[in-house]
Amino acid sequence: MGRYIIRRILYMLVVILVVSFITFGLMHSVPGGPFDKEKSLPAEIIANLEKRYHLDQPLWKQYLSYLNDVFVPHIAHEKPKGLDVADDYLIDIKITDTFWIRWMNFGPTFSSRSRSVNDIFRQQLPVSVQLGTLALIIAIIIGVPLGIISALKQNTIYDYLGMSIAIFGVSVPVIVLGPLMIWIFGVTLKWLPPTGWGSKPPYIFGFLPTNLGWDYWKYALMPSVALGLGSSAILARLTRASLLQVIREDYIRTARAKGVKERNVIVGHALKNSLIPVVTILGPMMAGLVTGTFVTELTFGIPGMGKYFVTSITNRDYPVIMGTILLYAVFLVVANLLVDIMYAYLDPRIRYD
Amino acid sequence: MTQPVSLENNEFGAGGRPISVKGESLFRDSVRRLARNKAAVVGGTIIVILILVALFANVVAPYPYAEQTLVDQNKLPQWVLSLFPTMKPYAQLSSDYFIGADYVGRDLFSRIIFGARVSLTVAFIGPLISLLIGVTYGSISGYFGGRLDNLMMRVVDVLYAFPSLLFIILLLAFFRSTFAHPTPGTFTYTMSQLDSASGGLLFIFIGIGLTAWETMARLTRGQVLSVREKEFIEAARTLGAKDGRIMFRHILPNVVGPLVVAETLAIPGYISTEAFLSFIGIGVNPPTPSWGSMISDGAQVIRTYPNQAVFPALALAITMFAFNFLGDGLRDALDPRLRGNQ
Repeated sequence: MGRYIIRRILYMLVVILVVSFITFGLMHSVPGGPFDKEKSLPAEIIANLEKRYHLDQPLWKQYLSYLNDVFVPHIAHEKPKGLDVADDYLIDIKITDTFWIRWMNFGPTFSSRSRSVNDIFRQQLPVSVQLGTLALIIAIIIGVPLGIISALKQNTIYDYLGMSIAIFGVSVPVIVLGPLMIWIFGVTLKWLPPTGWGSKPPYIFGFLPTNLGWDYWKYALMPSVALGLGSSAILARLTRASLLQVIREDYIRTARAKGVKERNVIVGHALKNSLIPVVTILGPMMAGLVTGTFVTELTFGIPGMGKYFVTSITNRDYPVIMGTILLYAVFLVVANLLVDIMYAYLDPRIRYD
Repeated sequence: MTQPVSLENNEFGAGGRPISVKGESLFRDSVRRLARNKAAVVGGTIIVILILVALFANVVAPYPYAEQTLVDQNKLPQWVLSLFPTMKPYAQLSSDYFIGADYVGRDLFSRIIFGARVSLTVAFIGPLISLLIGVTYGSISGYFGGRLDNLMMRVVDVLYAFPSLLFIILLLAFFRSTFAHPTPGTFTYTMSQLDSASGGLLFIFIGIGLTAWETMARLTRGQVLSVREKEFIEAARTLGAKDGRIMFRHILPNVVGPLVVAETLAIPGYISTEAFLSFIGIGVNPPTPSWGSMISDGAQVIRTYPNQAVFPALALAITMFAFNFLGDGLRDALDPRLRGNQ
């Protein structure tokens, strides 16, 4: 297992490198730079700006120095000032008073002189993370019970109802559900504010909201349900299919035959095994939710990463594009690795080596 | 019927039931099972109607999709007003438009009809590209195996790590600016001409195609790997069949069922991807109507004119429902093993 994890981590690094290489290549082959938009600047100023952001250097040099800034942990011997945008690291860990480990400098953003990409991450990413996490929680607490009920009451009204909800969930994308919810609950009934988000910096641990009252939920409820519903439908169908398969296994019959109570048969024997395939879908599902947050943020006017990413593409704000894709790619490969490890832990028949 | 197909019939034999003595072709059996599934029939019917509407949009639609009548902006008929009574204080009535006009006075109904063209094209071309690349890639990888297989699958793994929607957005931005001002006579010029002729759809296809085939490649590889070791392949090889013949005559017919099912189930994903891209404004070129861009326009005025977002949203939802119903039905009919509830 240990060897497997190490190999996966090494492999993960290669994946991230390739992702960064492709993104960097694509980004720089797009004609037009970040400084040649609306009001055309004098040539000298553009030259100066390009020099400031190292855009005048050969591409391979830019790429290598970027990798160095982002991936290689740096050591500082005094408290980092962090005032200059070029010296802004996302992670500053204090080991001793004269020893700081600094990691992940995504560089300055081209759209604003005084902000770094890390500033955008610090302010916008927590919102996206909250939205994604809430949606995941909603997907699980709606999807898994729905699937279990449908399976245990197969071919009854509960089953049909549950599966109808599920097919509704997979068929109605966020851009449909979003405007409909806004119209019903935001505009007509006026129960919930149609747009916006209820948490502001500072965040606990860098991403958790400080207020969890109604002021938070009234904003969070609609978007996270809209985003989570699709995934909950996938979970419900998978849980149902898997549980139906498991309760027909011989060991379930054995358990029943030796007089175990039905409740214990289901909870103790069937459920755990039926949830194993459900765990495997969590990896791809997380990928869907992560990109889904973009859609949801744009639909509900939530100030998360989505809006920044889309505008940074049209503005050719290279560091923001690169940083976002890299960060999300890292998150996805790590999430997939964790899911695989969890899978092996849950199912003793699976052994990686 | 050729040898391998009837072998398959033996093996999968009509959903696990013992096969009849007379034998029935797998295809006919599947069609019968599909026809018994009411939801699938409803889905299929909706899709057929949609296809007809899209094909004859010029005839069906009361107005051209780009015709603006500025004096009629945001006007709506009586029945829509009774459906959305909040608009009463300011709504301007006009019975010229079936479900109303948009913010520049274009007929919403006609735009929804023409919008079906975009969604349906994506629904059919998306899977085609994905199947073409994915099946070719996956079957080469699975058939030849060994080091080549390893290498090819690593490439797929890397692409898998990409957050695909972000990648599509990046690709589209890349295409749109690369092909923005091409010199006539070059490849880029042809591409950009094709793209504008398709209303901006070409690059969406390329974007979706480049990101969607990986799942298909993995699935194909798995299927090919499992069939490759079967006795009838060995028999064919012993009889002197070449790789190409084994691939096309013996392996592919046996793996194509699950692939088609998987691709049908992926169609709603393609439709919603296009709708999303148009929603954020990097999809089809205006004034080509796409349900996504219509929802986006409507969402701007959802507080005042909810009908402008709700109707395109319904069109999108109904289409997704139809494809999901049909996909589920196809899965049950073509590949009973995947159903998992028997």
